[in-house]
Amino acid sequence: MIGVEHYVVVSSILFVLGVLGIFLNRKNVIVLLMAIELILLAVNINLVAFSAFLHDLTGQIFAMFVLTVAAGEAAVGLAILVIYFRRRGSIAVDDVNRMKG
Amino acid sequence: MIQTIAFYLFAVLTIASAAATILSRNPVHSVLFLILAFFNAAGLMVLTGAEFIAMLLVIVYVGAVAVLFLFVVMMLDIDFAELRAGFVKNFPLGMLVAVVLLAEMVLGIGAYKAGALDLGTPDGTAATPAGASNVEAIGGLMYSRYLFLFEAAGLILLVAMVGAIVLTHRQRSGTRGQKISKQNARRPDEATVNVKPEVGKGVSL
Repeated sequence: MIGVEHYVVVSSILFVLGVLGIFLNRKNVIVLLMAIELILLAVNINLVAFSAFLHDLTGQIFAMFVLTVAAGEAAVGLAILVIYFRRRGSIAVDDVNRMKG
Repeated sequence: MIQTIAFYLFAVLTIASAAATILSRNPVHSVLFLILAFFNAAGLMVLTGAEFIAMLLVIVYVGAVAVLFLFVVMMLDIDFAELRAGFVKNFPLGMLVAVVLLAEMVLGIGAYKAGALDLGTPDGTAATPAGASNVEAIGGLMYSRYLFLFEAAGLILLVAMVGAIVLTHRQRSGTRGQKISKQNARRPDEATVNVKPEVGKGVSL
């Protein structure tokens, strides 16, 4: 029978893959953002699994808030990416510190 | 039995497509694998009985965020081969951090399975009422106890929307934009009139 540990294992592997993605694609901001989405998905799976197995809906409601923040973060991150590309013609994050005011 | 098979199917597909997301060379493939990962995660959530979050995941991620990613990836004309330059250099450090993280998590789960940790018991105030579906129960909770948090989430989305528009909006020179004040100040007597001149007669303007 599938218990809560199975879901926790899946979400930890997903979380580790997200962290690994941040390390591997240090230069590509788009994949970096996708890796962050993967980390947030792992968090959501954890929240939903515990909420389901403990019969307490608070986890699912909190998962919805995590989803909200993830959507907002993706929108603002991609907007910043678009104006950065418009100004510099590339999305290499190495020289992002030139954006300092 | 079928539950177990479905769980392993969804779990393996989620992890495989997450790995493909961070490893594939083409970011368009990355986005498509991300969509697949989210679909399978939604399947996992359906298996636990959380249909609402699962459907939300499909609608929000596949319908909005993934399309946003695809749009940006295809709009920006980027040399992606150059961006992968540090891939091999960063691989050992990334693997080290990932393995350490995974080992710690496995240790934690092992400690829980060995009975060293107590999960605690919920007080039952947020349990699903008898006979109510998942969506009904979440709605009842969200519009009563978590109403202010729900409105705060809406506020976050509003701020994100305004922020994204302010960031990307630009005034192009040479285009003729709409001037609202001029439109509002317009009077009927300076508007265009429809006249039907008779044949052979001119029109005085």
